[in-house]
Amino acid sequence: MSTIAEKQAVLIEEFEFFDEWMDKYNHIIEMGKAMPVLDAVDKNDDLLVQGCQSKVWLKAEKKGEYVRFFADADAIIAKGIVAMLIDVFDNQPSTEVAAADLSFLEEIGLKDHLSPTRANGLMSMIKQMKFYALAFSSAN
Amino acid sequence: MSYDVQAIRKQFPILHQQIHGRPLVYLDNAATAQKPLAVIEAITHLYTKDNANVHRGVHTLSQRSTDAMEAVRSAVCAHINAREVAEIIFTRGITDSINTVAFGMGALLQPQQNVVITALEHHSNIVPWQMLCERTGAALRYIPMNDKGELDLSTLEVLVDENTAMVAFNHISNALGTINPVKTILSRAKAVGAWTLVDGAQSGPHALVDVQDWDVDFFTLSSHKMYGPTGLGVLYGKREHLEVLPPYQGGGEMIATVTMEKSTYADIPHKFEAGTPHVEGIIGFGAALEYINSVGIEAIATHEAALLDYATTTLSTIDGFRIIGTAEKKASVISFLVEGTHPYDLGVLLDQQGVAVRTGQHCTQPIMDQFCIAGTARASFAMYNTIEEIDLFKVALERAVTMLR
Repeated sequence: MSTIAEKQAVLIEEFEFFDEWMDKYNHIIEMGKAMPVLDAVDKNDDLLVQGCQSKVWLKAEKKGEYVRFFADADAIIAKGIVAMLIDVFDNQPSTEVAAADLSFLEEIGLKDHLSPTRANGLMSMIKQMKFYALAFSSAN
Repeated sequence: MSYDVQAIRKQFPILHQQIHGRPLVYLDNAATAQKPLAVIEAITHLYTKDNANVHRGVHTLSQRSTDAMEAVRSAVCAHINAREVAEIIFTRGITDSINTVAFGMGALLQPQQNVVITALEHHSNIVPWQMLCERTGAALRYIPMNDKGELDLSTLEVLVDENTAMVAFNHISNALGTINPVKTILSRAKAVGAWTLVDGAQSGPHALVDVQDWDVDFFTLSSHKMYGPTGLGVLYGKREHLEVLPPYQGGGEMIATVTMEKSTYADIPHKFEAGTPHVEGIIGFGAALEYINSVGIEAIATHEAALLDYATTTLSTIDGFRIIGTAEKKASVISFLVEGTHPYDLGVLLDQQGVAVRTGQHCTQPIMDQFCIAGTARASFAMYNTIEEIDLFKVALERAVTMLR
């Protein structure tokens, strides 16, 4: 199975294909559409990621030393972004998720591209995922 | 003479640029309007020729700055047809204007009294009254609206009663564009002896207001929505009210005498203008007013009405396009949703194509709650927008919708 670094390398390669941000957004949107939706019951305030402009729900499950992530969002670009994060972090060892350096966000230019408010939302998603991973790894 | 929108556009340097490789189409005018050269040059002139602190110096520059600033007060007075220049107070903005009145009323309001606002208000015309009512124990009431975004005036007689101390409402809704029946509401308020405040944030750039014709007690304007600088607003108030209203900020400029024990306040308008005023803002605003009047506010309104009509018709052909706020009388605002898309996503993808619209709740959470929506995308038009820009907007919107569905 691919590591976090390998997963990021694949995403960077995918995005290198696009010059225009409209095309990058299209790719993000397609990833959002492809991600399985959360059950309605999981779309509750407890699972809401704080600090996002749109509503993003994030759910994590401990699977031994690994962590599973599931998410949904009411806006599709936010959903696509969280889908990318899940692509990188899902089914990885909790300790590695907690320690991971997400350089792909800079490499594909997303970090610079987002407005400060949206960039804060992205950081909130990452923080929340790492927070779950840290909690799970210390419970091992 | 016909309306020469291209000549007007030449006066707005910011419009002539590319955003993400596309020509900028600026449709976020209800949030803030762009500034004509006249405003930019007036500010440059101030700082290159006349700048000094106002009202205190005997030297020439201070005189010039003071004269320039006071000339704008006179211009505002004439623009809204106030009785005297002392009734024109410069504030930090409409939020500050409304807070000035709401704070001052804290000393005057009785617990059995009430304040009436409407379901259509911006947060800046809700929260100061909520704070006032919390402080005084008075009740806050709302005139409700219908599904088109029009106020339900059948409730007026019941809600505005002999215990009503203030009726505060906007002339034009920023979120939906509804033009409210100002005179009907004012006349009910007057019948029970209540004070009235009209928030002119959205009417300033689109409509001529005569405060004496309305016989309104307080009226507010925002400079930056009228092609002037940010950080400046106007509070008009009738002299007799401004005299009994205590000031809510103390400091320099607003005093007559100061001893360590007790200070006495200056006369209006200075009583409400503590501290060094926003001189550059005031002077820029003066230039903006002059510019608006040189184009003619009625001509601007006619142009914008044509844009609104065209946009409403052409955008409605987009599958799933839904306008929030369909009042009979509307200013140049289209708040909208497109089925199967989220307004935030539309905003991002429109921006990528050079089109600036606002997305979100527009500081009107209660309105969004009534429509059971999280927010809208909003396009709002100004004197410099064109039919061609609406066409570009439509093409960009269609592309965004295709990507998102």
